[in-house]
Amino acid sequence: MLTTILFYVFATVLVASALGVVLSKNPVHAALALVLAFFNSAALWLLLQAEFLGIVLVLVYVGAVMVLFLFVVMMLDINIAQLREGFTRYAPLGVLVAAIMVAEITYVVWVRHLGLDLSSWAPAMPVGFSNTKALGALLYTDYLLPFQLAAVVLLVAMVAAISLTMRKRPGYKQQDIAAQVAVRRQDRVRIMKVDSEQVR
Amino acid sequence: MIGLPHFLVLAGILFSIAVAGIFLNRKNVIVLLMCIELMLLAVNFNFVAFSRWLGDVNGQVFVFFILTVAAAESAIGLAILVVLFREGRSINVDSLNRMQG
Repeated sequence: MLTTILFYVFATVLVASALGVVLSKNPVHAALALVLAFFNSAALWLLLQAEFLGIVLVLVYVGAVMVLFLFVVMMLDINIAQLREGFTRYAPLGVLVAAIMVAEITYVVWVRHLGLDLSSWAPAMPVGFSNTKALGALLYTDYLLPFQLAAVVLLVAMVAAISLTMRKRPGYKQQDIAAQVAVRRQDRVRIMKVDSEQVR
Repeated sequence: MIGLPHFLVLAGILFSIAVAGIFLNRKNVIVLLMCIELMLLAVNFNFVAFSRWLGDVNGQVFVFFILTVAAAESAIGLAILVVLFREGRSINVDSLNRMQG
């Protein structure tokens, strides 16, 4: 009973905040609504006994990705009115497509039940079961190679993001390490023979 | 009693809202990126729900990988956005015509 109430509360707020992302005029408000959507999804994932992923969603998405979004949104000076052009023009088409998709998904899942018996869940995990431990046991054995590849993907993304946004400003002083290291003694030191003057 | 269909329909609604958002905000690259994040969230919802339904943790591992790729994607997307804004002082999708495509 409590699960049912919690599900409907979180689901309602989730759908409302998703609508907020789509409909809000200001991109900052959209980003904040997306933060709310992620929080509610994390709560729903906790209901589904995916504790580790719920926490990761809050830490990684709300803590890192959404902060990045907010950072960029606030850094750029955006002309919102210009970007809102055509909002109402394409609204009927968008709503139509969304309504058709919801109707189809609802028919397949809710009415036809995917042709399966969807009524019962798998038995709940025993008390003291660690979701994190189970995930780790899988991740470091069966999924070791994909795990390493995910790390490479993150590295590539980091290098790409830095190299895209890095630029040379005029009048910006910086060290050229290679030139400093490549210096030889004869480039800097000059030994001169100076005739000593006669002391009077 | 909350069953699997509840979660699947919720994920479907979330995905459809994101698709509608791409239609509505077709000029604003930032909101387009946010809509893509919403879509990936809906997909992750399906993975987690089926993982619970089957009692199999493997589905959650895939959510883990999707989260990784989504984070990389949004980082690169925002970097491109910053470069775009620096070049043209605008993030309008219509101004993305430099490659004459």
